[in-house]
Amino acid sequence: MNLDEYKGVWVFLEHQDGKIVPVSLELLGAGRKLADKRRVPLAGILIGEGVRQLAATAFHYGADTVYLYDDPVFRDYRTESYMRAVIACVEKHKPETILYGATSTGKDLASAVATDLETGLTADTTMLDVDEATGLLEASRPAFGGNIMATILCKKHRPQMATVRPKVMKALPIDTSRKGELIEESIPLREEDIRTKVLKIVRETQTKIRLDEADIIVAGGKGLGSKEGFQLIHRLAEAIGGTVGASRDAVEAGWIDHAHQVGQTGVTVTPKLYVAIGISGAIQHLVGMQNSGLIIAINKDPQAPIFQSCHYGIAGDAFEIVPMLIDAFQVTAGKEVQYGGKI
Amino acid sequence: MLHIVACIKQVPDTKIIKMNPKTNTMDRSSAPAILNPYDAHAVEEAVRLKKRYGGTVSVLTMGPPPAVKAIRKCIEIGADEGYMITDRAFAGADTLATSYALTKALEKIAKEKPIDLIICGKMTIDGDTGQVGPGIARRLDIPPLTSVKKVVEVNKQQGYAIVHRKLEDGYEVIQSALPCLFSVEKEINEVPYSPLPNMLRAARYQPVIWAVSDLEDVDRTLLGLKGSPTIVAKVWPPEKPKGGEMLEGSAQQQVERLMEILQQKQELFAGKEARA
Amino acid sequence: MAEKFDVIVVGAGPAGTSCAYTLAKAGVNVLLLERGEYPGSKNVMGGVLYRKMMEDIIPGFYKEAPVERLIVEQRFMLLDEKSAVTFSYKGLEWGEEPYNNFTVLRAKFDQWFAEKAVQQGALLVNETVVTECLVENGKVIGVRTDRPDGDLFADVVVLADGVNSLLAKSLGFHKEFRPDEVALAVMEVLKLDRKIIEDRFSLEQDQGCTFEIFGDATKGILGTAWLYTNKDSLNIGVGAMLSGLIKNKIKPHQLLDYVKKHPIIRPYIQGTEQQEYLAHLIPEGGYRSIPKVVGDGVIVVGDAAQLVNAIHREGSNMAMTSGVLAAEAILEAKAAGDFSASMLDSYRQRLMDSFVGQDMKKYKDATHHFEKYPHYFEKYIPLMNRAASQMFTVDGSSKWEKQKKIWRELGSAKEKWKMARDLMQAWRVMK
Ligand SMILES: Cc1cc2nc3c(=O)[nH]c(=O)nc-3n(C[C@H](O)[C@H](O)[C@H](O)COP(=O)(O)OP(=O)(O)OC[C@H]3O[C@@H](n4cnc5c(N)ncnc54)[C@H](O)[C@@H]3O)c2cc1C
Ligand SMILES: Cc1cc2nc3c(=O)[nH]c(=O)nc-3n(C[C@H](O)[C@H](O)[C@H](O)COP(=O)(O)OP(=O)(O)OC[C@H]3O[C@@H](n4cnc5c(N)ncnc54)[C@H](O)[C@@H]3O)c2cc1C
Ligand SMILES: Nc1ncnc2c1ncn2[C@@H]1O[C@H](COP(=O)(O)O)[C@@H](O)[C@H]1O
Repeated sequence: MNLDEYKGVWVFLEHQDGKIVPVSLELLGAGRKLADKRRVPLAGILIGEGVRQLAATAFHYGADTVYLYDDPVFRDYRTESYMRAVIACVEKHKPETILYGATSTGKDLASAVATDLETGLTADTTMLDVDEATGLLEASRPAFGGNIMATILCKKHRPQMATVRPKVMKALPIDTSRKGELIEESIPLREEDIRTKVLKIVRETQTKIRLDEADIIVAGGKGLGSKEGFQLIHRLAEAIGGTVGASRDAVEAGWIDHAHQVGQTGVTVTPKLYVAIGISGAIQHLVGMQNSGLIIAINKDPQAPIFQSCHYGIAGDAFEIVPMLIDAFQVTAGKEVQYGGKI
Repeated sequence: MLHIVACIKQVPDTKIIKMNPKTNTMDRSSAPAILNPYDAHAVEEAVRLKKRYGGTVSVLTMGPPPAVKAIRKCIEIGADEGYMITDRAFAGADTLATSYALTKALEKIAKEKPIDLIICGKMTIDGDTGQVGPGIARRLDIPPLTSVKKVVEVNKQQGYAIVHRKLEDGYEVIQSALPCLFSVEKEINEVPYSPLPNMLRAARYQPVIWAVSDLEDVDRTLLGLKGSPTIVAKVWPPEKPKGGEMLEGSAQQQVERLMEILQQKQELFAGKEARA
Repeated sequence: MAEKFDVIVVGAGPAGTSCAYTLAKAGVNVLLLERGEYPGSKNVMGGVLYRKMMEDIIPGFYKEAPVERLIVEQRFMLLDEKSAVTFSYKGLEWGEEPYNNFTVLRAKFDQWFAEKAVQQGALLVNETVVTECLVENGKVIGVRTDRPDGDLFADVVVLADGVNSLLAKSLGFHKEFRPDEVALAVMEVLKLDRKIIEDRFSLEQDQGCTFEIFGDATKGILGTAWLYTNKDSLNIGVGAMLSGLIKNKIKPHQLLDYVKKHPIIRPYIQGTEQQEYLAHLIPEGGYRSIPKVVGDGVIVVGDAAQLVNAIHREGSNMAMTSGVLAAEAILEAKAAGDFSASMLDSYRQRLMDSFVGQDMKKYKDATHHFEKYPHYFEKYIPLMNRAASQMFTVDGSSKWEKQKKIWRELGSAKEKWKMARDLMQAWRVMK
């Protein structure tokens, strides 16, 4: 394999309901940096039916080129059809790097593509860098349940691929004046060639909380003692205008629904403010929130491990501190500063 | 009669694992080896399908000899047979090399008894990629169905299966030709407490064990470290948020100080639109 | 139809595994049931494993068993608030084969030992709790477990389920404990670099030492504290009679915290990191608390039969020996095809003839004696510390004067007389 034949950074553009999903925009931001460092173009690969207009968005967020596969056969995401398109495109244009969001679609697609291309794929990346000279991608990710970080390289195969966790990279500010080149592609693929069919898509629309998109999270743990005690978290969240999160132990105690669980087996969150109350700070919880902008911990045990992993800690009883905080916020909200949902 | 194979792996329990802070390696002795929790659900689903449609459940693992224990755990859950491939040549495999080796074993199993369905866990808690399942499916050229949270139907006569695939905000109902491969979510089922006769059978069970030389048409350059395009270049401890400043004073003072900090950090809250 | 075994052993601690090992080796179809995730997963012991009894079962076991360190020194500390009188024996002959005893971590050791029994042909099933014995016409015919389809039958059921032995209790073999029959022990495993351990305790590689700590460690309650060296960790613990804890309204973990912070002990555990916290009961009722150990189709061994020598902290060795003796009795019964209580009674006789029965008898009054006279702990240990301090402080007064002063401190003639009597009595119950 002649590695030098492979040039350029690609981002797989995932879309839903006529929009490019946030993680793909984040990856365009990250990809832009890699491409600039390497002085190569940044391209998006866009597959679907009637998605042509999304190319403009990709340009606005940093793409130089978009490869478009627009065909009814691509109406629904299916591994087999999308995979064929990506592989055909790679074989034709030979990128050095491809990034995918670590979403159910992105991971599914990347795993299949990597196998057929017999190349390396790093899962759930949280840091990216590139060697300026060789184009070698340095993809780093948490491993062993978040106990270590590991940098993964793919030295002898191209393209080098990674799935990247949502919310860890930053999208560029939108620039509606940016333009790029749209390249239309197609592959001979008939519906009959595909062995799977999407019968129905069910969106669970009930006001489902989206912790992963919250800017402020107030999370409670076992330390709240009871379902009644946990109400304190709801009250503070309301006062600051945040969303309620929880540790697994609080969820398992039945104080709050699983959808609120933060951590390894819950949601990974990156709010701007994360307030952890009565949470000890087990590694499985930490991996889910440690990239938050500002972490405040309130715990009555001064030795609690959460204090090793927060920016500011208050060693004290939640039942004393939190009501005072609620009061303070209510006063503040009435006066000069506006916090929370209102900020 | 279905023949379902579940792929399973023995993993160190990363929940209690201790890291050597100097070398950043795992202190393996600190963590007991367990059946990958996601794989228990894969086996359980296979057993449920067997009960529903009749058939046999085999489990397959690639791992060092002590991984026999993980196979026994699957027998406890209700698997009928266990296969293990173990060989120095497999060591150091990444997901690509792992899926290659497992595929070779699956081909051998299928020769004795054709396989209708392969079930993998969503991911392993040590490898943590979820890539091996789809990798196997591609190599066998059967459809991979990841994030499966419910199996609606498996119809061998007419050669299809219908499942629910979990999406970020809902699910899709998807039909696939058989044979195919599922990677299953934890929520697909609950693994019940095994009945005692299964425990006794498991305690006595000896799996079929193969080395590379027992497999056919193996390209050794695709195995283990040699067959792995990715390498781990370095490891380091995850960065913890610095600061960890403890606020001092009475509760009232602490709260006041916190309010001050939050006001100073206004910029954290500003410019919501920066991240569209 | 539920399966039938020759023998079902409940509990894979030292007692149960010794029994299963011996039976399996003799070709008996034996099932070993353990409730833990694996044998030893939750088992607790200060950590001293005696070589002799284990070697009777597996000669040369220490060459492959996961033992931590070879004990070459035993220290005894009589602790006061700010001082300690310490005496010790260090014998390098203990560092050579055949060795005297070892420290072990039960989570590792029990697992290894059970694996040996499996290699002999015993069937081991973990994560399964025996909830009751199946009894028919007064005879135990099997066990019921907490699993679905969980009944099993056997000619003999061996109860090796440890100190609480709910099973022996439910058979009416013994009553609930009285608080003066059990000690409550708490222990921590503290991680420490192996090199530091060797420097701090003046040990060669693989050598270890044990501290037994009396006096202020238990704040006057009958009990002891200990500090043992493992490969790269220390075991520190404290055990005290339940009755004393209740009377003094003190929780055992408070005692342990106190010991860990004690100015004499603290330097030994400096820089360690807590790895595990464990709590367990120790049967210390002695000879008089031994329950009925044999019934039709059933035998009780180890802690379940209260076989612990509280004074010398021996338990695992007694458990092992009792397990082996039970196996021997069962083999005899099997040959005779008779599993009645009278046939199995040969176990009880063997037990009483062995060192287990002999030692239990010898110390039968010890615990009760010390329990009854708390001043051994409250008074005499501080007294000895003061005496030592007087003697060894160089302050210009002559040794004659010092001795006189110490003698005066012992109190009036009457008090001296009482003390002499106490010491005589202590000697009598111990000798
Ligand atoms: C495979 C696996 C996956 C897991 N996934 C997750 C996951 O996704 N998310 C998750 O959170 N956990 C997860 N866990 C569980 C995790 O290991 C911890 O058990 C859990 O996070 C602990 O929850 P907690 O901090 O609420 O409870 P605890 O550990 O019990 O801590 C309670 C804290 O509250 C403090 N406290 C008590 N009273 C007060 C008071 N009045 N005021 C202030 N503080 C008080 C205490 O000091 C203590 O620190 C997982 C575990 C495993 C094994
Ligand atoms: C703190 C402490 C320090 C000690 N220090 C020493 C020492 O230094 N040296 C020494 O020789 N002795 C020591 N001992 C005593 C020694 O630990 C015991 O005497 C010995 O472990 C007894 O062995 P056993 O097999 O009878 O019981 P255990 O070791 O208690 O084993 C009982 C087993 O039965 C299982 N079990 C219980 N109930 C059930 C059930 N219903 N179904 C299935 N399984 C069940 C348990 O999980 C366990 O594995 C100490 C004890 C304690 C508590
Ligand atoms: N060594 C292995 N042996 C058998 N199955 C495996 C092995 N490694 C991974 N798998 C299967 O592939 C799934 C995904 O693993 P991973 O890609 O490592 O996250 C697991 O849940 C297993 O079902």
